[in-house]
Amino acid sequence: MSLRLEGVSKIVNGETHIHPADIVLEKGSMNVLLGPTSAGKTSLMRLMAGLDKPDTGRIFWEDQDVTGKRVQDRDIAMVYQQFVNYPSMTVYDNIASPLKLRKKSAAEIDARVREMAELLKLTSILGSKPAEISGGQQQRCAMARALAKDVGLVLMDEPLANLDYKLREELRVEIPRLFKASGSIFVYATTEPEEALLLGGNTATLWEGRITQFGPAMDVYRGPVDATTARVYSDPPMNFVSVQKDAAGIRFPDGQLIPATGETGNIPDGTYRAGFRAHNLEIGTLQPGAVSFAAKLIVTELTGSDTFLHVSVAGERWIGLIPGLQDFRAGQELPIGLNPESLFYFDEQDQLVAAPDQPVDMERV
Amino acid sequence: MEKTVNQRAWLLVIPVLILVAFSSIIPMMTVVNYSFQDSFGGNEFFWVGLEWYRELLHSERLWDAFGRQLLFSFIILLIEIPLGILVALSMPKKGFAASICLVLMSLPLLIPYNVVGTIWQVFGRADIGLLGRALSDLGISYNYSQNAFDAWATVIMMDVWHWTSLVALLSYAGLRSIPSAYYQAAKIDQAGRWSVFRHIELPKMRGVLMIAILLRFMDSFMIYTEPFVLTGGGPGNATTFLSIDLVKMALGQFDLGPAAAFSLMYFLVILLISYVFYTVMITADKNEANR
Repeated sequence: MSLRLEGVSKIVNGETHIHPADIVLEKGSMNVLLGPTSAGKTSLMRLMAGLDKPDTGRIFWEDQDVTGKRVQDRDIAMVYQQFVNYPSMTVYDNIASPLKLRKKSAAEIDARVREMAELLKLTSILGSKPAEISGGQQQRCAMARALAKDVGLVLMDEPLANLDYKLREELRVEIPRLFKASGSIFVYATTEPEEALLLGGNTATLWEGRITQFGPAMDVYRGPVDATTARVYSDPPMNFVSVQKDAAGIRFPDGQLIPATGETGNIPDGTYRAGFRAHNLEIGTLQPGAVSFAAKLIVTELTGSDTFLHVSVAGERWIGLIPGLQDFRAGQELPIGLNPESLFYFDEQDQLVAAPDQPVDMERV
Repeated sequence: MEKTVNQRAWLLVIPVLILVAFSSIIPMMTVVNYSFQDSFGGNEFFWVGLEWYRELLHSERLWDAFGRQLLFSFIILLIEIPLGILVALSMPKKGFAASICLVLMSLPLLIPYNVVGTIWQVFGRADIGLLGRALSDLGISYNYSQNAFDAWATVIMMDVWHWTSLVALLSYAGLRSIPSAYYQAAKIDQAGRWSVFRHIELPKMRGVLMIAILLRFMDSFMIYTEPFVLTGGGPGNATTFLSIDLVKMALGQFDLGPAAAFSLMYFLVILLISYVFYTVMITADKNEANR
């Protein structure tokens, strides 16, 4: 089983929603579509599902051309951001409904429903109506309904976006488990890089209707092909500083010079943009060898257990992430540092020319 | 801790109290007052206690009118609710056509009640009316002012014409609020049109339909102007509904006492039936949910 898109595009009212896309989703793979809102994740999914017809290109399912085949005649399942269940049916009947429509025997249906309920921890509420159960349970029910059919392609369109933080964390760890149990091709859309890394598998980064990169999650994260992909795959967005490469090494705007080692040694002289993720910004005590700057603090954001610092350095605005809740004053001068080995280098066409040598610290995205 | 009591807030309530007093409480109490007394011409009143209530409860005329009223409300609900849903389902979903439809649908609701009566009075006339003339030319005998069945048919058609739009508009609003993901999910599940209606649209419209039923019931139970203009309650007493009977009693016969007792009972009946309706629908909803 595989799903292959060849030059598939979608234009709505003269506006290009999806630029010609080529992608192959292999049997039993987890594929995450990562991109900000309106990057085209849902449009691409609708094309994959057959809910929309592509304007150009062809779609193949197991090497059969299914372009233009109605969604009713395809074997797919979909889970939405909204919790979509049949309101007048119990959880049991909801899970059973697609099976009933496929004319399965009563015993078969019952066994399958109970199996799904067990898998999604719905056994105790099989007799309840969707309106009586919590949002998390409603979404579990919708997932059970989608998985009960046992189809080759399961599409999940930001299924956790409408859930609160706790439930999201809880369901997020279950999705890989469900995926393994099903053996289907999973396509999962999300706006959060963290989620893409957590689910693993492949990541396709989307930006303004284009798939900028597709590959194993770790490869895309560690080696984004261009600045756009790097920006999409970082939360908060990647910080950039413009640098000059010459015979002496790499020169920062304030004149600091670092030796060009590793991959950076091989790139031609010229102007580059160096990018780094928020957690690679060192604040306060600096590691030896770090490039240091005097930064002015613009604003701090406290999240659950981390502090985001928005600083201004030589006209650039960077965001740093430090663990723990820290008390800083806006306007305060801070010594900040950059580990030169955490820098990505992009050329003037925004293409990646050098990635950090060392494995990136995976704790934070 | 000592509480400081500030009674000045009452001052702010006074305007509303005065307004409500003049608009409802005083007129209502006057009616209550009338219902316990008998009057002879001029301004002479005699206390009769519960006499009028007793008399009315044994009055065949009242029970007949009550029966007609119930039958009428029942029939129009039976027609208008399904028809309204059907119209809402077939209305365009968006764009210019939807706006046109919405405006057209709301037109009947904007016409004054007595004009509706007049429209149908003319429409049904056998000599010049479009409907009446067409029917008589087809050889069908039709005369709403002489034949009780024709009168009923006309009154019901008139009410359906006047009020189905309301049900349709409410249902349409209910339908439009269903996220498209539901329809997609049904498509993916390979559900048929009937299943979509039965398991998505109907349950999602439940709330607005309840309101539609309640509104249409209360309103049809109090219907006065249109049948009054169209048939005047005739032929005979065939279309004499409760409110028409009440007006006949109060203004035609000037029996203020019985009419007052009548209106109070009428009011209580509507209140009671609406309450029962509401409770039944709410419990049905709960039972449905708890099944």
